[in-house]
Amino acid sequence: SPHFPPLENPGVRALQRQVACEPHRVTPVCWQMRGSRSKALHDRALVNCQYSMATFSTGERKRRPHGDRKSSEMTLHLKQTFEAAILTQLYPRSQIDIYVQILQADGGNYCACVNAATLATIDAGIPMRDYVCASSAGFIEDTPLADLNYVEEAAGGPQVALALLPKSDQIALLEMNSRLHEDHLEQVIEAASKACKDVYAVLDQVVRDHVHEVTTLLGE
Amino acid sequence: MAAIEIRLPVARKPVVQSLAQGSDKHLVAPGDTITTDTGYMRGHGTYMGDEKLVASVAGAVERVNKLICVKALKTRYNGEVGDIVVGRVTEVQQKRWKVETNARLDSVLLLSSMNLPGGELRRRSAEDELAMRDYLHEGDLISAEVQAVFSDGAVSLHTRSLKYGKLGQGVLVQVSPSLVKRQKTHFHDLPCGASVILGNNGFIWIYPTPEQKDEEAGGFVTNLKPVSLHDREVISRLRNCILALVAQKLMLYDTSIVYCYEASLPHQIKDLLKPEVMQEIVLETRQRLLELEG
Repeated sequence: SPHFPPLENPGVRALQRQVACEPHRVTPVCWQMRGSRSKALHDRALVNCQYSMATFSTGERKRRPHGDRKSSEMTLHLKQTFEAAILTQLYPRSQIDIYVQILQADGGNYCACVNAATLATIDAGIPMRDYVCASSAGFIEDTPLADLNYVEEAAGGPQVALALLPKSDQIALLEMNSRLHEDHLEQVIEAASKACKDVYAVLDQVVRDHVHEVTTLLGE
Repeated sequence: MAAIEIRLPVARKPVVQSLAQGSDKHLVAPGDTITTDTGYMRGHGTYMGDEKLVASVAGAVERVNKLICVKALKTRYNGEVGDIVVGRVTEVQQKRWKVETNARLDSVLLLSSMNLPGGELRRRSAEDELAMRDYLHEGDLISAEVQAVFSDGAVSLHTRSLKYGKLGQGVLVQVSPSLVKRQKTHFHDLPCGASVILGNNGFIWIYPTPEQKDEEAGGFVTNLKPVSLHDREVISRLRNCILALVAQKLMLYDTSIVYCYEASLPHQIKDLLKPEVMQEIVLETRQRLLELEG
Protein backbone atom coordinates (compact mmCIF):
# COMPACT_ATOMS: atom_id res chain seq x y z
CA SER A 1 0.00 0.00 0.00
CA PRO A 2 1.26 3.48 -0.65
CA HIS A 3 3.10 5.02 2.22
CA PHE A 4 2.35 8.58 1.31
CA PRO A 5 -1.04 10.24 0.82
CA PRO A 6 -2.72 10.47 -2.57
CA LEU A 7 -1.89 13.50 -4.70
CA GLU A 8 -4.43 16.25 -5.14
CA ASN A 9 -5.66 16.58 -8.68
CA PRO A 10 -7.12 19.97 -9.50
CA GLY A 11 -8.01 18.83 -13.00
CA VAL A 12 -10.22 16.03 -11.78
CA ARG A 13 -12.43 18.46 -9.91
CA ALA A 14 -13.14 20.28 -13.16
CA LEU A 15 -14.25 17.07 -14.82
CA GLN A 16 -16.73 16.39 -12.09
CA ARG A 17 -18.88 19.25 -13.29
CA GLN A 18 -19.12 17.94 -16.81
CA VAL A 19 -19.83 14.29 -16.43
CA ALA A 20 -22.79 12.76 -14.68
CA CYS A 21 -20.64 10.08 -13.11
CA GLU A 22 -18.19 11.51 -10.68
CA PRO A 23 -15.16 9.44 -10.09
CA HIS A 24 -13.04 10.91 -7.37
CA ARG A 25 -9.81 10.17 -5.65
CA VAL A 26 -8.16 9.01 -8.83
CA THR A 27 -4.60 8.57 -7.79
CA PRO A 28 -2.01 7.23 -10.20
CA VAL A 29 1.23 6.81 -8.35
CA CYS A 30 4.35 5.33 -9.80
CA TRP A 31 6.86 3.57 -7.63
CA GLN A 32 9.18 0.63 -7.39
CA MET A 33 7.68 -2.81 -7.02
CA ARG A 34 7.59 -3.93 -3.45
CA GLY A 35 6.97 -7.36 -2.10
CA SER A 36 5.64 -9.18 -5.14
CA ARG A 37 8.80 -8.74 -7.19
CA SER A 38 7.85 -11.81 -9.20
CA LYS A 39 5.15 -9.82 -10.95
CA ALA A 40 7.61 -7.14 -12.03
CA LEU A 41 8.20 -6.95 -15.77
CA HIS A 42 11.84 -6.49 -16.64
CA ASP A 43 11.35 -4.13 -19.52
CA ARG A 44 8.26 -2.08 -18.70
CA ALA A 45 6.02 -0.86 -15.95
CA LEU A 46 3.01 -2.76 -14.69
CA VAL A 47 -0.25 -0.84 -14.65
CA ASN A 48 -2.33 -1.80 -11.67
CA CYS A 49 -5.90 -0.49 -11.50
CA GLN A 50 -8.53 -0.71 -8.85
CA TYR A 51 -12.14 0.24 -9.36
CA SER A 52 -14.64 0.67 -6.56
CA MET A 53 -18.04 2.24 -6.13
CA ALA A 54 -19.05 4.19 -3.08
CA THR A 55 -22.06 2.81 -1.24
CA PHE A 56 -24.01 6.01 -1.84
CA SER A 57 -23.29 6.10 -5.57
CA THR A 58 -26.42 4.30 -6.80
CA GLY A 59 -30.08 4.96 -6.11
CA GLU A 60 -30.17 2.24 -3.50
CA ARG A 61 -27.47 2.28 -0.84
CA LYS A 62 -25.61 -0.97 -1.38
CA ARG A 63 -22.39 -2.16 0.14
CA ARG A 64 -20.24 -3.65 -2.58
CA PRO A 65 -17.74 -6.33 -1.64
CA HIS A 66 -14.26 -5.89 -2.98
CA GLY A 67 -13.32 -8.14 -5.85
CA ASP A 68 -16.78 -8.89 -7.10
CA ARG A 69 -17.17 -9.73 -10.77
CA LYS A 70 -18.25 -6.36 -12.02
CA SER A 71 -15.43 -4.44 -10.41
CA SER A 72 -12.87 -7.05 -11.49
CA GLU A 73 -14.05 -6.74 -15.06
CA MET A 74 -13.93 -2.97 -14.91
CA THR A 75 -10.47 -3.13 -13.39
CA LEU A 76 -9.26 -5.30 -16.24
CA HIS A 77 -10.73 -2.96 -18.85
CA LEU A 78 -9.07 0.04 -17.26
CA LYS A 79 -5.76 -1.79 -17.12
CA GLN A 80 -5.94 -2.69 -20.79
CA THR A 81 -6.86 0.83 -21.77
CA PHE A 82 -4.06 2.48 -19.88
CA GLU A 83 -1.43 -0.04 -20.85
CA ALA A 84 -2.12 1.02 -24.40
CA ALA A 85 -1.77 4.70 -23.64
CA ILE A 86 0.98 5.05 -21.04
CA LEU A 87 4.57 4.76 -22.27
CA THR A 88 5.44 1.90 -19.96
CA GLN A 89 8.85 1.20 -21.52
CA LEU A 90 10.28 4.14 -19.65
CA TYR A 91 9.80 2.58 -16.22
CA PRO A 92 11.11 -0.99 -16.09
CA ARG A 93 10.50 -3.00 -12.92
CA SER A 94 8.03 -0.42 -11.66
CA GLN A 95 4.31 -0.26 -11.04
CA ILE A 96 1.81 2.46 -11.77
CA ASP A 97 -1.29 2.29 -9.58
CA ILE A 98 -4.57 3.85 -10.66
CA TYR A 99 -7.32 3.83 -8.04
CA VAL A 100 -10.74 5.07 -9.10
CA GLN A 101 -13.81 5.39 -6.96
CA ILE A 102 -17.26 6.27 -8.30
CA LEU A 103 -19.15 8.80 -6.23
CA GLN A 104 -22.30 9.09 -8.31
CA ALA A 105 -23.27 6.42 -10.84
CA ASP A 106 -25.62 7.66 -13.50
CA GLY A 107 -24.52 5.61 -16.50
CA GLY A 108 -21.18 5.45 -18.27
CA ASN A 109 -19.15 4.30 -15.26
CA TYR A 110 -16.27 2.98 -17.31
CA CYS A 111 -16.12 6.10 -19.48
CA ALA A 112 -16.03 8.47 -16.56
CA CYS A 113 -13.28 6.39 -14.94
CA VAL A 114 -11.16 6.54 -18.08
CA ASN A 115 -11.58 10.29 -18.49
CA ALA A 116 -10.78 11.00 -14.86
CA ALA A 117 -7.80 8.65 -14.86
CA THR A 118 -6.44 10.37 -17.98
CA LEU A 119 -6.53 13.73 -16.23
CA ALA A 120 -4.95 12.32 -13.13
CA THR A 121 -2.17 10.62 -15.09
CA ILE A 122 -1.39 13.83 -16.95
CA ASP A 123 -1.35 15.70 -13.66
CA ALA A 124 1.05 13.19 -12.16
CA GLY A 125 3.49 13.74 -15.00
CA ILE A 126 3.40 10.16 -16.27
CA PRO A 127 4.19 10.14 -20.03
CA MET A 128 1.33 9.07 -22.27
CA ARG A 129 0.96 8.74 -26.02
CA ASP A 130 -2.13 10.90 -26.09
CA TYR A 131 -5.22 11.61 -24.03
CA VAL A 132 -7.63 8.69 -23.62
CA CYS A 133 -11.21 9.83 -23.95
CA ALA A 134 -14.12 7.49 -23.56
CA SER A 135 -17.82 7.67 -24.20
CA SER A 136 -20.70 5.25 -24.38
CA ALA A 137 -23.26 5.08 -27.16
CA GLY A 138 -26.45 3.15 -27.77
CA PHE A 139 -29.13 2.58 -30.33
CA ILE A 140 -32.68 3.30 -29.20
CA GLU A 141 -35.65 3.65 -31.56
CA ASP A 142 -33.42 3.66 -34.63
CA THR A 143 -31.36 6.59 -33.35
CA PRO A 144 -27.76 6.38 -32.21
CA LEU A 145 -27.45 8.07 -28.80
CA ALA A 146 -24.20 9.15 -27.21
CA ASP A 147 -23.37 9.20 -23.49
CA LEU A 148 -26.16 7.10 -22.08
CA ASN A 149 -27.44 7.74 -18.62
CA TYR A 150 -28.59 5.15 -16.12
CA VAL A 151 -32.20 5.02 -17.32
CA GLU A 152 -31.13 4.52 -20.93
CA GLU A 153 -28.65 1.82 -19.93
CA ALA A 154 -31.16 0.01 -17.81
CA ALA A 155 -33.60 -0.11 -20.73
CA GLY A 156 -31.57 -3.06 -22.03
CA GLY A 157 -30.74 -1.87 -25.50
CA PRO A 158 -27.35 -2.34 -27.16
CA GLN A 159 -24.56 -0.28 -25.64
CA VAL A 160 -21.10 0.40 -26.90
CA ALA A 161 -18.27 1.81 -24.78
CA LEU A 162 -15.45 3.33 -26.79
CA ALA A 163 -12.08 4.57 -25.51
CA LEU A 164 -10.23 6.58 -28.11
CA LEU A 165 -6.88 8.31 -28.52
CA PRO A 166 -8.29 11.42 -30.21
CA LYS A 167 -5.32 12.80 -32.13
CA SER A 168 -4.54 9.61 -33.98
CA ASP A 169 -8.09 8.20 -33.94
CA GLN A 170 -6.80 4.96 -32.48
CA ILE A 171 -9.21 2.86 -30.47
CA ALA A 172 -7.87 1.75 -27.11
CA LEU A 173 -10.91 -0.27 -26.13
CA LEU A 174 -14.24 -1.06 -27.77
CA GLU A 175 -16.80 -2.99 -25.82
CA MET A 176 -20.35 -3.88 -26.65
CA ASN A 177 -23.05 -5.82 -24.88
CA SER A 178 -26.43 -7.01 -26.08
CA ARG A 179 -27.11 -7.47 -29.81
CA LEU A 180 -26.82 -4.90 -32.53
CA HIS A 181 -27.38 -5.35 -36.27
CA GLU A 182 -24.14 -4.79 -38.16
CA ASP A 183 -25.74 -2.14 -40.36
CA HIS A 184 -26.14 0.10 -37.37
CA LEU A 185 -22.69 -0.50 -35.94
CA GLU A 186 -20.95 2.19 -37.94
CA GLN A 187 -23.42 4.90 -36.90
CA VAL A 188 -23.13 3.98 -33.26
CA ILE A 189 -19.33 4.01 -33.32
CA GLU A 190 -19.47 7.32 -35.18
CA ALA A 191 -21.66 8.79 -32.45
CA ALA A 192 -19.36 7.50 -29.73
CA SER A 193 -16.31 8.86 -31.57
CA LYS A 194 -17.81 12.29 -31.84
CA ALA A 195 -18.68 12.30 -28.16
CA CYS A 196 -15.10 11.26 -27.33
CA LYS A 197 -13.75 14.15 -29.38
CA ASP A 198 -16.06 16.53 -27.52
CA VAL A 199 -14.83 15.21 -24.18
CA TYR A 200 -11.28 15.61 -25.47
CA ALA A 201 -11.92 19.27 -26.19
CA VAL A 202 -13.07 19.83 -22.62
CA LEU A 203 -10.19 17.90 -21.03
CA ASP A 204 -7.66 19.62 -23.25
CA GLN A 205 -8.94 23.07 -22.34
CA VAL A 206 -8.74 22.29 -18.63
CA VAL A 207 -5.19 20.93 -18.92
CA ARG A 208 -3.96 23.86 -20.98
CA ASP A 209 -5.50 26.40 -18.62
CA HIS A 210 -3.91 24.67 -15.66
CA VAL A 211 -0.48 24.46 -17.32
CA HIS A 212 -0.68 28.10 -18.34
CA GLU A 213 -1.69 29.17 -14.84
CA VAL A 214 1.03 27.23 -13.10
CA THR A 215 3.73 28.30 -15.53
CA THR A 216 2.76 31.95 -15.14
CA LEU A 217 2.68 31.68 -11.36
CA LEU A 218 6.00 29.92 -11.13
CA GLY A 219 7.56 32.57 -13.31
CA GLU A 220 11.25 32.00 -13.81
CA MET B 1 -18.51 26.11 23.79
CA ALA B 2 -15.94 26.71 21.06
CA ALA B 3 -17.30 27.85 17.71
CA ILE B 4 -16.50 25.58 14.78
CA GLU B 5 -16.05 27.01 11.33
CA ILE B 6 -17.39 24.95 8.46
CA ARG B 7 -17.05 25.66 4.77
CA LEU B 8 -18.77 24.01 1.85
CA PRO B 9 -16.69 23.00 -1.15
CA VAL B 10 -16.63 25.64 -3.88
CA ALA B 11 -15.08 25.65 -7.29
CA ARG B 12 -11.53 26.91 -7.15
CA LYS B 13 -11.16 30.34 -8.73
CA PRO B 14 -8.19 30.64 -11.05
CA VAL B 15 -5.57 32.89 -9.54
CA VAL B 16 -5.76 36.23 -11.28
CA GLN B 17 -2.26 37.19 -12.10
CA SER B 18 -2.38 40.95 -12.16
CA LEU B 19 1.30 41.11 -12.98
CA ALA B 20 1.03 38.59 -15.78
CA GLN B 21 4.12 38.61 -17.92
CA GLY B 22 3.51 37.56 -21.49
CA SER B 23 4.50 33.95 -21.34
CA ASP B 24 6.67 33.19 -24.33
CA LYS B 25 6.97 29.55 -23.45
CA HIS B 26 5.63 26.87 -25.71
CA LEU B 27 3.13 24.94 -23.59
CA VAL B 28 2.09 21.47 -24.71
CA ALA B 29 -0.19 18.64 -23.66
CA PRO B 30 0.27 14.91 -24.36
CA GLY B 31 -0.22 14.13 -28.04
CA ASP B 32 0.76 17.60 -29.28
CA THR B 33 3.23 17.80 -32.11
CA ILE B 34 6.24 19.83 -31.08
CA THR B 35 8.02 19.94 -34.40
CA THR B 36 8.17 18.03 -37.66
CA ASP B 37 11.83 18.90 -38.15
CA THR B 38 13.78 15.66 -37.80
CA GLY B 39 17.04 17.42 -37.00
CA TYR B 40 16.33 17.57 -33.29
CA MET B 41 17.29 15.06 -30.63
CA ARG B 42 14.44 14.04 -28.38
CA GLY B 43 14.78 14.41 -24.62
CA HIS B 44 12.54 13.60 -21.67
CA GLY B 45 8.84 14.05 -22.09
CA THR B 46 8.78 13.43 -25.85
CA TYR B 47 8.50 10.49 -28.18
CA MET B 48 8.86 9.90 -31.90
CA GLY B 49 5.55 9.33 -33.64
CA ASP B 50 5.77 8.71 -37.41
CA GLU B 51 8.12 11.46 -38.56
CA LYS B 52 7.23 14.01 -35.91
CA LEU B 53 8.27 14.78 -32.37
CA VAL B 54 5.28 14.43 -30.04
CA ALA B 55 4.97 15.53 -26.43
CA SER B 56 4.08 12.89 -23.87
CA VAL B 57 3.56 15.05 -20.77
CA ALA B 58 1.86 18.40 -20.13
CA GLY B 59 4.32 21.20 -19.54
CA ALA B 60 6.69 23.70 -21.14
CA VAL B 61 9.00 22.85 -24.02
CA GLU B 62 12.67 23.44 -23.33
CA ARG B 63 15.14 23.64 -26.12
CA VAL B 64 18.89 23.48 -25.64
CA ASN B 65 20.60 23.71 -29.04
CA LYS B 66 19.44 20.54 -30.73
CA LEU B 67 17.86 18.85 -27.73
CA ILE B 68 14.14 19.25 -27.16
CA CYS B 69 12.53 18.12 -23.94
CA VAL B 70 9.27 18.82 -22.17
CA LYS B 71 9.43 19.60 -18.50
CA ALA B 72 6.34 18.27 -16.75
CA LEU B 73 4.71 20.41 -14.09
CA LYS B 74 4.85 17.87 -11.36
CA THR B 75 7.16 14.88 -11.33
CA ARG B 76 8.87 12.65 -8.89
CA TYR B 77 12.32 13.68 -7.76
CA ASN B 78 15.06 12.94 -10.29
CA GLY B 79 18.35 12.78 -8.47
CA GLU B 80 21.37 14.77 -9.51
CA VAL B 81 24.81 14.57 -8.00
CA GLY B 82 25.31 17.17 -5.29
CA ASP B 83 21.67 17.67 -4.34
CA ILE B 84 20.71 17.88 -0.69
CA VAL B 85 17.83 15.57 0.19
CA VAL B 86 15.80 14.81 3.27
CA GLY B 87 14.60 11.23 3.40
CA ARG B 88 12.97 8.66 5.59
CA VAL B 89 14.56 5.27 6.22
CA THR B 90 12.26 2.48 5.05
CA GLU B 91 14.43 -0.62 5.21
CA VAL B 92 17.61 -1.80 6.89
CA GLN B 93 19.42 -4.23 4.59
CA GLN B 94 22.74 -5.99 4.79
CA LYS B 95 25.22 -3.21 4.23
CA ARG B 96 22.88 -0.34 3.43
CA TRP B 97 19.72 1.49 4.26
CA LYS B 98 16.87 2.15 1.85
CA VAL B 99 15.68 5.73 2.10
CA GLU B 100 12.46 7.07 0.68
CA THR B 101 13.03 10.41 -1.03
CA ASN B 102 9.90 10.98 -3.15
CA ALA B 103 11.64 9.49 -6.18
CA ARG B 104 10.46 6.61 -8.34
CA LEU B 105 12.92 4.24 -6.75
CA ASP B 106 14.11 4.17 -3.16
CA SER B 107 17.45 5.81 -2.56
CA VAL B 108 20.31 3.87 -1.12
CA LEU B 109 22.56 4.90 1.76
CA LEU B 110 25.54 2.59 1.96
CA LEU B 111 27.08 1.82 5.31
CA SER B 112 30.42 3.00 3.99
CA SER B 113 28.89 6.37 3.08
CA MET B 114 27.68 7.05 6.58
CA ASN B 115 29.90 8.86 9.03
CA LEU B 116 30.41 7.12 12.34
CA PRO B 117 29.82 8.84 15.67
CA GLY B 118 32.65 11.14 16.51
CA GLY B 119 33.55 11.54 12.87
CA GLU B 120 36.15 8.78 12.98
CA LEU B 121 37.39 7.27 9.72
CA ARG B 122 37.89 3.56 9.77
CA ARG B 123 37.00 0.50 7.80
CA ARG B 124 33.51 -0.73 8.53
CA SER B 125 33.70 -4.01 10.36
CA ALA B 126 31.24 -6.82 10.90
CA GLU B 127 30.22 -5.31 14.24
CA ASP B 128 29.28 -2.11 12.43
CA GLU B 129 27.07 -4.14 10.16
CA LEU B 130 25.31 -5.77 13.06
CA ALA B 131 24.93 -2.45 14.83
CA MET B 132 23.35 -0.72 11.83
CA ARG B 133 19.97 -0.68 13.43
CA ASP B 134 21.37 1.26 16.36
CA TYR B 135 22.39 4.07 14.06
CA LEU B 136 19.28 4.31 11.90
CA HIS B 137 16.13 2.22 12.05
CA GLU B 138 12.92 2.31 10.01
CA GLY B 139 11.10 5.61 10.23
CA ASP B 140 14.11 7.83 10.98
CA LEU B 141 14.55 11.03 9.03
CA ILE B 142 17.95 11.91 7.66
CA SER B 143 19.51 14.69 5.65
CA ALA B 144 22.07 13.60 3.08
CA GLU B 145 23.71 14.54 -0.18
CA VAL B 146 23.47 12.67 -3.46
CA GLN B 147 26.73 10.92 -4.24
CA ALA B 148 25.87 9.09 -7.45
CA VAL B 149 22.95 8.12 -9.64
CA PHE B 150 22.60 4.53 -10.85
CA SER B 151 21.67 3.70 -14.41
CA ASP B 152 18.05 2.93 -13.56
CA GLY B 153 17.60 6.27 -11.84
CA ALA B 154 18.09 5.19 -8.23
CA VAL B 155 20.11 7.58 -6.15
CA SER B 156 23.00 6.80 -3.84
CA LEU B 157 23.34 9.06 -0.81
CA HIS B 158 26.14 9.91 1.57
CA THR B 159 26.31 11.67 4.93
CA ARG B 160 30.03 12.25 4.91
CA SER B 161 29.91 15.67 6.46
CA LEU B 162 28.98 16.58 9.99
CA LYS B 163 26.12 18.77 8.83
CA TYR B 164 24.21 15.74 7.48
CA GLY B 165 22.82 12.93 9.54
CA LYS B 166 19.80 11.93 11.57
CA LEU B 167 17.25 14.67 12.16
CA GLY B 168 15.81 15.27 15.59
CA GLN B 169 12.76 17.27 16.55
CA GLY B 170 11.02 19.31 13.89
CA VAL B 171 8.32 19.38 11.26
CA LEU B 172 8.47 17.80 7.81
CA VAL B 173 6.59 19.38 4.91
CA GLN B 174 6.27 17.40 1.69
CA VAL B 175 5.94 19.44 -1.50
CA SER B 176 6.57 18.85 -5.17
CA PRO B 177 10.28 18.87 -6.11
CA SER B 178 9.70 21.36 -8.90
CA LEU B 179 8.88 24.07 -6.37
CA VAL B 180 12.22 24.05 -4.55
CA LYS B 181 14.63 26.54 -6.08
CA ARG B 182 18.20 25.42 -6.65
CA GLN B 183 20.60 27.49 -4.61
CA LYS B 184 24.15 27.46 -3.31
CA THR B 185 23.10 26.31 0.12
CA HIS B 186 19.97 24.57 1.30
CA PHE B 187 20.51 24.88 5.05
CA HIS B 188 19.16 28.19 6.27
CA ASP B 189 18.94 29.76 9.71
CA LEU B 190 16.00 32.09 9.41
CA PRO B 191 15.94 35.36 11.35
CA CYS B 192 12.55 34.49 12.85
CA GLY B 193 14.12 31.91 15.12
CA ALA B 194 13.94 28.57 13.37
CA SER B 195 16.10 26.75 10.85
CA VAL B 196 15.03 25.08 7.67
CA ILE B 197 16.50 22.47 5.32
CA LEU B 198 15.09 22.77 1.79
CA GLY B 199 15.58 19.31 0.32
CA ASN B 200 15.80 19.20 -3.48
CA ASN B 201 13.44 16.25 -3.41
CA GLY B 202 10.63 18.37 -2.02
CA PHE B 203 10.96 17.34 1.62
CA ILE B 204 11.39 20.42 3.78
CA TRP B 205 12.50 20.11 7.36
CA ILE B 206 11.80 22.91 9.84
CA TYR B 207 13.48 22.66 13.21
CA PRO B 208 14.43 24.88 16.12
CA THR B 209 17.85 26.48 15.70
CA PRO B 210 20.33 24.60 17.88
CA GLU B 211 22.17 26.80 20.37
CA GLN B 212 25.67 25.43 20.00
CA LYS B 213 26.72 25.52 16.42
CA ASP B 214 29.80 23.34 16.45
CA GLU B 215 28.54 20.53 18.58
CA GLU B 216 28.74 16.98 17.32
CA ALA B 217 26.12 17.62 14.67
CA GLY B 218 25.43 14.87 12.21
CA GLY B 219 25.83 12.37 14.96
CA PHE B 220 23.16 10.07 16.15
CA VAL B 221 22.43 11.78 19.41
CA THR B 222 19.01 13.29 18.83
CA ASN B 223 18.29 16.26 21.00
CA LEU B 224 15.09 15.38 22.83
CA LYS B 225 14.97 18.44 25.05
CA PRO B 226 11.47 19.94 25.10
CA VAL B 227 11.06 22.75 22.61
CA SER B 228 9.71 26.02 24.03
CA LEU B 229 6.23 27.23 23.09
CA HIS B 230 7.60 30.24 21.27
CA ASP B 231 9.81 28.07 19.06
CA ARG B 232 6.92 25.74 18.36
CA GLU B 233 4.74 28.66 17.30
CA VAL B 234 7.44 29.95 14.96
CA ILE B 235 7.80 26.50 13.41
CA SER B 236 4.02 26.11 12.96
CA ARG B 237 3.75 29.50 11.35
CA LEU B 238 6.61 28.67 8.99
CA ARG B 239 4.95 25.40 8.03
CA ASN B 240 1.66 27.13 7.22
CA CYS B 241 3.52 29.79 5.23
CA ILE B 242 5.24 27.11 3.18
CA LEU B 243 1.88 25.45 2.49
CA ALA B 244 0.50 28.82 1.38
CA LEU B 245 3.43 29.35 -0.99
CA VAL B 246 2.91 25.88 -2.43
CA ALA B 247 -0.83 26.43 -2.92
CA GLN B 248 -0.15 29.64 -4.83
CA LYS B 249 2.75 28.10 -6.73
CA LEU B 250 5.60 30.36 -5.69
CA MET B 251 9.13 28.98 -5.74
CA LEU B 252 10.48 28.10 -2.31
CA TYR B 253 13.75 29.63 -1.21
CA ASP B 254 14.94 31.41 1.91
CA THR B 255 13.93 34.93 0.84
CA SER B 256 10.42 33.96 -0.22
CA ILE B 257 9.84 32.02 3.00
CA VAL B 258 11.07 34.89 5.16
CA TYR B 259 8.93 37.45 3.31
CA CYS B 260 5.90 35.20 3.57
CA TYR B 261 6.51 34.75 7.28
CA GLU B 262 6.66 38.51 7.80
CA ALA B 263 3.49 39.00 5.73
CA SER B 264 1.68 36.43 7.84
CA LEU B 265 2.43 38.00 11.23
CA PRO B 266 -0.83 39.98 11.47
CA HIS B 267 -2.84 36.74 11.13
CA GLN B 268 -3.29 33.99 13.64
CA ILE B 269 -1.41 30.80 12.85
CA LYS B 270 -4.53 28.73 12.30
CA ASP B 271 -6.04 31.37 10.00
CA LEU B 272 -3.15 30.89 7.62
CA LEU B 273 -4.78 27.73 6.31
CA LYS B 274 -7.76 29.60 4.90
CA PRO B 275 -7.57 30.07 1.11
CA GLU B 276 -8.23 33.81 1.10
CA VAL B 277 -5.59 34.48 3.74
CA MET B 278 -3.13 32.34 1.78
CA GLN B 279 -3.81 34.31 -1.36
CA GLU B 280 -3.36 37.61 0.44
CA ILE B 281 -0.04 36.85 2.08
CA VAL B 282 1.42 35.27 -1.04
CA LEU B 283 0.38 38.28 -3.10
CA GLU B 284 2.18 40.51 -0.65
CA THR B 285 5.22 38.26 -0.81
CA ARG B 286 5.21 38.38 -4.59
CA GLN B 287 5.12 42.15 -4.58
CA ARG B 288 8.00 42.41 -2.15
CA LEU B 289 10.04 39.98 -4.23
CA LEU B 290 9.37 42.03 -7.36
CA GLU B 291 10.50 45.17 -5.57
CA LEU B 292 13.64 43.37 -4.53
CA GLU B 293 14.45 42.45 -8.10
CA GLY B 294 13.52 45.66 -9.86
